[in-house]
Amino acid sequence: MQITLNGERFELERPMTMLDLLARLDIDPRRVAIEHNLEIIRRRTFESAVVQEGDRVEIVNAVGGG
Amino acid sequence: MDTPFVIAGRTFRSRLIVGTGKYSSHTVMRQAHEASGADMVTVAVRRVNISDRSRESLLDYIDEKRIFLLPNTAGCYTADEAIRTAKLGREAGLGDWVKLEEIGDERTLFPDNEALIEATRALVKDGFVVLPYTNDDPIACRKLEEAGASAVMPLGAPIGSGLGIQNANNIRIIREFSKVPVIVDAGVGTASDAALAMELGADGVLMNTAIAGAGQPVQMAESMRHAVIAGRLAYLSGRIPRKMYATASSPVEGMVGR
Repeated sequence: MQITLNGERFELERPMTMLDLLARLDIDPRRVAIEHNLEIIRRRTFESAVVQEGDRVEIVNAVGGG
Repeated sequence: MDTPFVIAGRTFRSRLIVGTGKYSSHTVMRQAHEASGADMVTVAVRRVNISDRSRESLLDYIDEKRIFLLPNTAGCYTADEAIRTAKLGREAGLGDWVKLEEIGDERTLFPDNEALIEATRALVKDGFVVLPYTNDDPIACRKLEEAGASAVMPLGAPIGSGLGIQNANNIRIIREFSKVPVIVDAGVGTASDAALAMELGADGVLMNTAIAGAGQPVQMAESMRHAVIAGRLAYLSGRIPRKMYATASSPVEGMVGR
């Protein structure tokens, strides 16, 4: 199945929770925020929110800036 | 005697706030932060790099026990975009303070006052401590304060320009108008620019490129630390008035042979 991840097409083998998606991407869940289909999801729901076919996911973190 | 530097009830040791962008490495950034003495640094909120996970996290190089994080909304052009970015930053664990940027023009990166005031109001309502980056316009600053801003951050000159304080008198007027702290944000090129900002009465100075882009960033960070302290002390000391002609410093009586 395909999702849009940070603006790019991304292939996933099956629907999975946000926490599983982060693990698959090797991203530390403590340092990111996630937007799921344009809604910011709370950290405590990373375990229950499920990424489905066609979903739009944005994962952001802190980077250098002024 | 100086009063403490307090924003929204939080006291900072240093009146210098520095950025985390444009450094040649995270290590140089950390050394520059140490040399600057700053206890607040700005960060941007951006998409995680999915394809290259090898890069270390910026936050691994910031001692959050000692340094307070101020996420920004850099690059946002509308109130909605900035509000979205601020909320993402908060959810990413960066806290509920935000350096609010609303860019109105790509070439100058000058702020869009209207969007800035709108976003300030909305974010304050949502519980954020909002520090808007604004034009050096006393009226805009007054409106931002009325909208609930916890400080106003007028620019000295365009971001990254290094031109120094372009409208010194406006900074002075803004200081006089404002009940919240005034932080000169952007435009500093070298130490004297930072000192001047403080001499004009600014409560703090925020800079990124002046340090990160310097030939020797760590040394420049140290010079900025001294400049901000020197400028602040000079402001508090009451400078002498400017006069057209000389006034001798040594006694005019008792000259030998007269």
